[in-house]
Amino acid sequence: MKYSRYRTGPNSLRRFFVKGLMALPATIFLSASCFAASPSTAEINTTGLAITDDTVTVGILHSLTGTMAISETGAQEAEKLAIKQINDMGGILGRKIEIIQEDGASDWPTFAEKSRKLLVKDKVAAVFGAWTSASRKAVLPVFEKENGLLYYPTFYEGLEQSKNVIYTGQEATQQILDGLNWVAKEKKAKTFYLIGSDYIWPRTSMKIARKHIENVLGGRVVGEEYKPLGNTQFGSVINKIRLKKPDVIYAAVVGGSNVAWFKQLKAAGITSKKQTLLTISVTEDEVLGIGGENLEGFYSIMKYFQSLENENNKAFVAAFKEMWGKDSVIGDVTQAAYLGPWLWKAAVEKAGSFDVDKIVAASEAGDIELKTAPEGYVKLHKNHHLWSVARVGKWNKDGQATVVYESKLLEPDPFPAGYQ
Amino acid sequence: MDEYTSSELVSIFAMQGFAGISLFSVLLLMALGLAIIFGQMGVINMAHGEFMAVGAYTTYFISFFAETYLPSFIPYYFIFAIVMAFFVAAILGYMAEFALIRHLYKRPLDTLLATWGLSLIMQQSFRTLFGAREVSPALPEWLLGSYQPTDTIDIPLNGMFVLALTAIVTLGVFYLLYKSSWGLRVRATTQNRVMSGAVGINTKKVDRYTFALGCGIAGIAGAAFTTIASTGPTTGTLYIVDTFMVVVFGGAASLLGTIVSAFSIAQAQSILEFFISGSMAKVYTLCALVLILMFKPEGLFASKVRR
Repeated sequence: MKYSRYRTGPNSLRRFFVKGLMALPATIFLSASCFAASPSTAEINTTGLAITDDTVTVGILHSLTGTMAISETGAQEAEKLAIKQINDMGGILGRKIEIIQEDGASDWPTFAEKSRKLLVKDKVAAVFGAWTSASRKAVLPVFEKENGLLYYPTFYEGLEQSKNVIYTGQEATQQILDGLNWVAKEKKAKTFYLIGSDYIWPRTSMKIARKHIENVLGGRVVGEEYKPLGNTQFGSVINKIRLKKPDVIYAAVVGGSNVAWFKQLKAAGITSKKQTLLTISVTEDEVLGIGGENLEGFYSIMKYFQSLENENNKAFVAAFKEMWGKDSVIGDVTQAAYLGPWLWKAAVEKAGSFDVDKIVAASEAGDIELKTAPEGYVKLHKNHHLWSVARVGKWNKDGQATVVYESKLLEPDPFPAGYQ
Repeated sequence: MDEYTSSELVSIFAMQGFAGISLFSVLLLMALGLAIIFGQMGVINMAHGEFMAVGAYTTYFISFFAETYLPSFIPYYFIFAIVMAFFVAAILGYMAEFALIRHLYKRPLDTLLATWGLSLIMQQSFRTLFGAREVSPALPEWLLGSYQPTDTIDIPLNGMFVLALTAIVTLGVFYLLYKSSWGLRVRATTQNRVMSGAVGINTKKVDRYTFALGCGIAGIAGAAFTTIASTGPTTGTLYIVDTFMVVVFGGAASLLGTIVSAFSIAQAQSILEFFISGSMAKVYTLCALVLILMFKPEGLFASKVRR
């Protein structure tokens, strides 16, 4: 993290150094920082955002009701945790962050309407939110028109890069390619069966996966199947898979279907003893519903697992459980959502301003990094996505994963050549 | 397909046959409750899926209770949970009929709106009571895994369980409607409400118990489906379309029609799914349904009721 020349109060200074010492790697970067007077509001806010001399207002926009509430709850919890921690450290440019939360209600037009409200009426400095690709696509024109700033946490299909969005999850190639390489090498996999829910994300991901399997790995796709969202009957598909005997089942089934899919696989006698299965749609959140016993021995490719063994993650998991209850689980998207406020803070401090254009310019320099990220180390690429590591986790009965493979730091590539 | 031995092919066909029968039992179990309510009473119950969710949540609650306080009870709780799911859903259905439905019998289209509202209320209550996350009850050991008659055949135990349960419930409903004196009163009321009243049948009571029975069966279906999928506040909406499809295609007011319709839809769907992709299989099945309904608007088994 790079810090600019602004003073925060003596108290926050002390806390700041204490925290800095705890996060030892970060201290290297702190040596360059020094603190001067809190900058005046007029100077750091030239576009009329909701910023006073000691507060700055941001928006959180996730579904608290409806189908998606299941998934989005964790994300908004993580964002609130990050904001609380930032405030405890003294805020940003001497200003405490205040939150206006809106409910997207799992309805895409509502997302657009609420984002317009946050940007036009509340004049928030940044918004942390959206989860599904559909909701992101719905709010995108609003953010571009009103020149807002959105931090979007979900791993997604790529093929997008907006000036007004910072993508804190992985795009498709970062998640997919290394996992496939791993399974081809480790499990000597030659034949793949692709199965997903029938909408944009699984279809785009499978398209990339198929190209990679056929053109790079020299393997064969023996079946590709999409089931309607909410489908709970997988009997026929399972028999088809049995007939094709693939080395690997590659799955991107989502939502309630996901639970039915794994329960029925197990009931049909297809377990990790006989079959390798790699999925890109199961995080700790999903495991709660699916049940660890139905997943035992199967693999997920993600950038984050709750069980990661590093100091950042231990502190993060402990803080998250303290704030949201000891039974809470943390999945990939929850962690990515946690990065949002921190990346924003780093960009604001680098730009020395809350102006969206200046923050975007600072972000696009490509040198904003977080050494304290629970997933390890991330760096913001000039294409608005994060450099990150892909990991393969093997699920245990208790609903946690053991990481069996870690890639090197992967460059984000939202428009992969040769994969479209 | 010459890389397969004949015994393997036989196994696949056996398992695929079971997949079709398994889907049939699921569809039939979903549709039975609605067939009674929609078929016999003419009430379009949009909250039917939510009554299934009531059954599923009851099962979850009992499993949670058993896990926490009575671990030794876990192998047996599921049977108990099914019975409880029936009664909880039936009592709720009884109350819904009393408070809401009975005021709307003369306005069938309004029941559609009212029960849809009821379904939204129920969904939000589930969310408040059980949280937005999907839950799964812990299943007893005897429901997990598969039965292997030979090395290459795996028949899912939960599928067999749902099949057996569907058979029992169907026989029970047949007995109640066609052999018991209560069933006689239901059928009489369906055919001619005024005349039934004139010969001394308490038609209001018949309505209430019929509705409660339909909801109770939905509860059983919900409990059974916890072995297949998970339960969330909006689980009911996943089932409601298929349920109406089966009942309408079979012809309202005909129990036999419901069975035949569930069987043909399930077989068409699962055979098509085996040869083409899942989404397209559904499209073709629905197209076929629309075509048949165009020529037989009353459904497969037209009711012979004079209205």
